Amino acid sequence: MPILETKELSYVYGQGTPFEKTAVDSVSIAIDEGEFVGVIGHTGSGKSTLVQHLNGLIKPTSGAVLLDGRDIWAEPKKIRSVRFEVGLCFQYPEYQLFAETVYKDIAFGPQNMGLSEDEVNSRVKSAAQFVSLKPELLEKSPFDLSGGEKRRAAIAGVLAMEPKVLILDEPTAGLDPKGRDVILGQIREYQKERGSTVLLVSHSMEDVARVSSKVLVMNESKCAMYGTVDEVFTRSSELAGMGLNIPQVTRIFLGLKARGYDVNTCVYTARQGRDEILRLLSKARGGAAT
Amino acid sequence: MIRDITFGQFFPAKSPIHALDPRTKLVLVVAYIVMVFIGNNFFCLGLAAAFLILVTALSRVPVKMILRSIRPIWFVIAFTAILNIFYIQGEVLLFEWGFIHIYDRGVFTALFMAVRIILVVMGSSLLTYTTSPTDLTDGLERLLSPLKIFKLPVHEFALMMTIALRFIPTLIEETDKIMSAQKARGADLESGGLLRRVKALVPILIPLFVSSFRRAFDLATAMECRCYHGGEGRTRMKKLQMHAGDYWAFGVTILVFGGIIAASILLPKVY
Repeated sequence: MPILETKELSYVYGQGTPFEKTAVDSVSIAIDEGEFVGVIGHTGSGKSTLVQHLNGLIKPTSGAVLLDGRDIWAEPKKIRSVRFEVGLCFQYPEYQLFAETVYKDIAFGPQNMGLSEDEVNSRVKSAAQFVSLKPELLEKSPFDLSGGEKRRAAIAGVLAMEPKVLILDEPTAGLDPKGRDVILGQIREYQKERGSTVLLVSHSMEDVARVSSKVLVMNESKCAMYGTVDEVFTRSSELAGMGLNIPQVTRIFLGLKARGYDVNTCVYTARQGRDEILRLLSKARGGAAT
Repeated sequence: MIRDITFGQFFPAKSPIHALDPRTKLVLVVAYIVMVFIGNNFFCLGLAAAFLILVTALSRVPVKMILRSIRPIWFVIAFTAILNIFYIQGEVLLFEWGFIHIYDRGVFTALFMAVRIILVVMGSSLLTYTTSPTDLTDGLERLLSPLKIFKLPVHEFALMMTIALRFIPTLIEETDKIMSAQKARGADLESGGLLRRVKALVPILIPLFVSSFRRAFDLATAMECRCYHGGEGRTRMKKLQMHAGDYWAFGVTILVFGGIIAASILLPKVY
């Protein structure tokens, strides 16, 4: 049974006003436990609105969200408990820091869960470790941290709730390439170690290709594609039609293939590209020798 | 959600009323309010209502939106009407029960007052529907500029107003976002006693203040980068200018104003 599922999920902004707009249009997806799903789409494609449905921040206009097979809106009073199981980290999360110390800020989520003091303490420590925040930073004011540290502290605030499903909305927006790599690496490590389910919203195809096992493509409020990375990226011309570009490396290999070279086009990182070219070259050399 | 609150209710459209100079609209709205209060019989109100309907039709603002402007004050209207019904005495007794006496004049006055308030509110809401906040403050600044000789910082007031109006939607959006983010971490904003609810606001207010200060600094830097140094010697990209339409508007309003004065002198009063 999928851990998280949406059934014909639709959401309409400002229903009954002249500004009515459908933000999510009958999206049906199923996410299995332990999956790493990349959610991509153009600005305004409805991806942020979609993920806010998954932890019950937005109530769908029609359709349902199932967590472990149960409709999360079956008991509207218990919607808070859903938010502890499906952790959502918003875009630019550093703007939500508020407590006097980093420790207290990370502890906000676990404390809301009503955990014991010891449990909160151990969760804060391990969450801080996951995002490699030095222990001495925990006693500092969050406003004294650097930009990258703030971002990581804010992500730790969601990790500390140890949600079954972790959703990150553009966690790397506005970071330099190094900071981006660090955060993506930490998220992937967290996912591997905990075996939790992760949804990563991004519009960087490179990021998504690097870390995800599945890709969900949103276009004009609809779910345009949902499948494994290979399945989705082979439909590159369709993606281009939606204003999305597949990774540069993949484009090179698709071009090579079109020009008659026998290459594997499921290449998403420079490293994979190097290996594939080396394979091709050695084969060509081997072919010439015989 | 907070976003549903409509604030700064400008309704963008292309219409002769939108195209009027904001100064004209400000002056004429004041004139309109004065005429509604001068009028002391139903004929006067009818004339003012006809004027309002004409302007509304010209403005292309949906009637539904104009009617919505009375919603927040229906209580005031009902309250005045009820007071008038019970207190005003006249010749013809319509209804009597214990100490309650309702006279014909009471009913008329109540109706009259209610219509009057509705006309004033709808008329002034037309101003905000058809004038963008920036135009409005611009017009206000120009109208008040004679006060500068009394050392009143008119330009600074206008600028403060513009900035405040400009940032209301931004702040609402920001609040919405922060609230969602803290709710995602399990913040409970809906239950508990007063003290708990106030405490629950801390995680929302602090980030909101921090980001407001950040925005204020950014805005100040951006203004300095464009060499802003107060209103002294500042020229405008959009100069306010009176057009033929403005003179027409003045002409029509003066006519209606005259009609109302004549009617209120010649025709019998309601109260």
